Parts: sequence; structure tokens; C-alpha cells
Amino acid sequence: MQTLRRKDILGLEEMSAEEITLILETARSMREIIQRKIKKVPTLRGRTVLNLFYEPSTRTKASFELAQKYMSADSVSVAGTSSSLVKGETLKDTVRNVEVMGIECVIMRHPVSGSANYLARNVEASVINAGDGMHEHPTQGLLDMFTILDKKGRLEELKVVIVGDIRHSRVARSNMWGLQKMGAEVVVSAPPTLMPPDMEAFGVKYCPDLEEAVEEADVVMALRLQKERQEGGLFPTLREYAEIYGLTSWSVAKAKDDLLIMHPGPINRGVEISSELADGPRSVVLEQVTGGVAVRMALLYLLMGGVKDE
Amino acid sequence: MALTHKATVMDEKGIMQALRRIAHEIIEQNKKIEDVVLVGIRSRGVPLANRLQTYLNEIEGSAIPLGILDITLYRDDLTERQEQPEVHITDVPFELDKKHVVLVDDVLYTGRTIRAAMDALIDLGRPATIQLAVLTDRGHRELPIRADYVGKNVPTSRSERVEVKLKEIDGSDQVDILEQAKD
Repeated sequence: MQTLRRKDILGLEEMSAEEITLILETARSMREIIQRKIKKVPTLRGRTVLNLFYEPSTRTKASFELAQKYMSADSVSVAGTSSSLVKGETLKDTVRNVEVMGIECVIMRHPVSGSANYLARNVEASVINAGDGMHEHPTQGLLDMFTILDKKGRLEELKVVIVGDIRHSRVARSNMWGLQKMGAEVVVSAPPTLMPPDMEAFGVKYCPDLEEAVEEADVVMALRLQKERQEGGLFPTLREYAEIYGLTSWSVAKAKDDLLIMHPGPINRGVEISSELADGPRSVVLEQVTGGVAVRMALLYLLMGGVKDE
Repeated sequence: MALTHKATVMDEKGIMQALRRIAHEIIEQNKKIEDVVLVGIRSRGVPLANRLQTYLNEIEGSAIPLGILDITLYRDDLTERQEQPEVHITDVPFELDKKHVVLVDDVLYTGRTIRAAMDALIDLGRPATIQLAVLTDRGHRELPIRADYVGKNVPTSRSERVEVKLKEIDGSDQVDILEQAKD
């Protein structure tokens, strides 16, 4: 497959293994550009991108903005709190207005699940979902797969454990869809209160005992625990959670020596992962970040680089 | 539009002789061969650069560095082409500053690929000179670009196509001119 024949990147559930492979391979070529002294190619000169972030973000937003700069696209960034959303303008109106200014691609993060799909149906510009509610965060899933592929050389038949708040996590959803399409086995580990009610739909294995789950694992991915979930009564205390579901040197004691330790950030040190592991030799947390820029450059190229089929 | 074979302009021996001659010309032109580096343009410039490297090493006895350039991201026709070209890795694992870079490609035609390749090279460093070696020059330039080393000049019309086959990619060595089938 040479071309991505779609307008938008909304989630990995709807993507094929061939499409994911094309994106990951293109990202590998893009990473070479990031390693250069002059990190810029002229490919998207004169093309315009809008970054629309209705939720706080450091990594994802910086990563998208750098990817746009490295590809020579022009971009504008609007944060939700400073935009006319607070004046009551609807999402559709906001984007239709910027669209007539010549925007060809919109990167959006939004607290409501399905908002990226809604936007994509209502505008001509390409839409890249940078995280929508509890639905998906496809570029995070892609960069996680990119990092695993880079370190392990393959995705097929790897055992990947995702541990933490699966229920509220769009990162977990994108990874569950993507990794299984690429032939990996996904096991999730979490207290029952943090498991989604429709878990069967994902087709992954549930193993509430973290130590047992990581025993034969090739990769373990910790999710960020949002502290407000404790107030909702889904787990008693942060300390208890950390003791049972935190990644620590003893919880992975029985795991393989070459276990990859991942976290999408931002990390609550001492809660979902100990500092010792997060900064240790098996951690690829920072590689995930550089991979993120390469993956986003690849997506911008694949969506905007050629001529759309009429 | 079907294309049919019109003429074979180079065979295996012809390609070998042309590349050997170019290797000698590169040595003649560049007094300090240790400052020369080869950069092949994907895809068929790469095996050609590889062969030039072998011939240069045979003559000079020293290894000339070899890099690979993918020019996809520098093309000027990305908004015109229907099929989006696939991006491959650029691999130039040495400094280009103050080097004499010999760009290698199979066919020189409009000059647009070479324009893109020069832009790509300059993003990687500041070479002392950029020289161009091509297996065939078929004319019809659209930019002020010429080759320093030419394997063979192949006069063609714009409606014809020059097809270079190389063992490493296509299984055999041959350069053909194809023309549009007559009714």
C-alpha cells in the first residue's frame, strides 16, 4: 500500500493493519529528519494546519507543532480557554470559520468522546484526533507501536500488558485496537472498578493480578491515573492503588529481562510507576516522545502530501 | 497508453564500460579523491553509486563513502501527482561539509529530480562542490542543470520513455527506449 486513502485519522479501530504499517514505515523515514542538524524539509510549504486544543496538553501539542514546523507547514494554535468556545460558539462554527481562512488540516483534542468524528463529518479539512474524551487517541497508539517496533523489531506475537485505568483511557483503547490488528496479544490489568463495562468488545485478556500478567510479557504500559477518580470512589487510596497496580521493581521482578516499560505521560511518580523504573534502563518513556514527532510528521505527509482523490 | 520497445541503447557490457569510464573521469576531475563522496538517488541511483564505489576502490584502493538520498519530500510535484510517492529513508552517514559530492542517478531528463536532490543535500550540510553523474542523458531539460559525467547521451522525443534496468533491482542490466504503440 502506497497511499492512505482516507481524509481523517479518528481512531485505530477503523484502520487496517496495512494502513498502520504504512504509517509506521513512513515514520521511520521521518525520524531521520529529526536527527539532522537542520530539522526541516520543504514538503508542506504553503499548507496550513490548525491546532485546536480544548483540553490541556503539553507533549501532544508540542509534538504536533514540531512536526508541522519540521514539514514546513504553517500553523495556528488555539487553546480552548482562549477561544470563542467560551463565548458559546459551536465547534462546527469555529472550524467552518477557520476553514474559509484556508486551513487544510485540523488537529483537535476535545473532552467529549466522538467529537473528532463529528467534526470530520462537518468540515472538508482533514481531521486528526489528538484525543477525544474516553474514545481514542490514535497518534499515541501509533507512537507506542512505533516505539515497540523499533525496540523489538516486530509487533506480531508480542505480549503487551496495559495496566491502570483502562475504563477512562483513550490511550488504552487506541492501543488495544492497534496492537491486536498488528498481531500482538494484549492483556489488561486493573481493579474491576477501572475496567470498561463493554470489555468483551475489545477481545483482550483480563488479568487482575499484575505480577502474573507481566510474567511472560514483552512490554508493559502503565496508564496515567487521574486523581479525581479516587474521589469518585473507584479505588480507596492512591497508596493502595500504587501498592497493587503500580509498576515497581518488585511487581516486575518475575518479568523477562528485556521487558519494555512504557508510559504515555505525564507520569505520577510513585503512583502508577516508581521513579526507579521510569528512569531505569528498560524504560522507553523518552523514546516514545521522539517517536511521537516522527509519527505525526508521517500523518501530516500522508494526509496532506498528495492530491486527494476527487 | 501502451508502450512498446523501440531500441536497446545499452547492454550489460555497455553499462559496465560507461561506469568504469565515469569512475576514471571522477578521479581526473577531483585531485583529492579522499574528499569525494558518492550519493545515490533512490531508487536506481543507489545501485549505480554502489558500482561506481567498487570501480573507484579498484582504481584508487581506498574506500569512497557512499550515501543514499530519498528526494520524495523535496519534490515540486507533490500537489500535482495523483499517486502519492512513498517516503524512504535518507542515509548519508558522513559529514558533507567541504566534501566533493558526486550525485548519481540513472536518467537525466527535466532536471527536476536533480534540483530536489540538491536542495536535500544542502539541508544535510555544505559541500565544497556538487557534481552529477548519470547513466543516460535524454535531453528536454526544464531547469538550467547539466551533468558532469554522462554514461551515454540518448536522444529521445518527449513521448518516449527511457527504461533503465539494473541487476540489483530488475535482475538484468539494460537500457531501452520505449515508444507509444502505433495503432
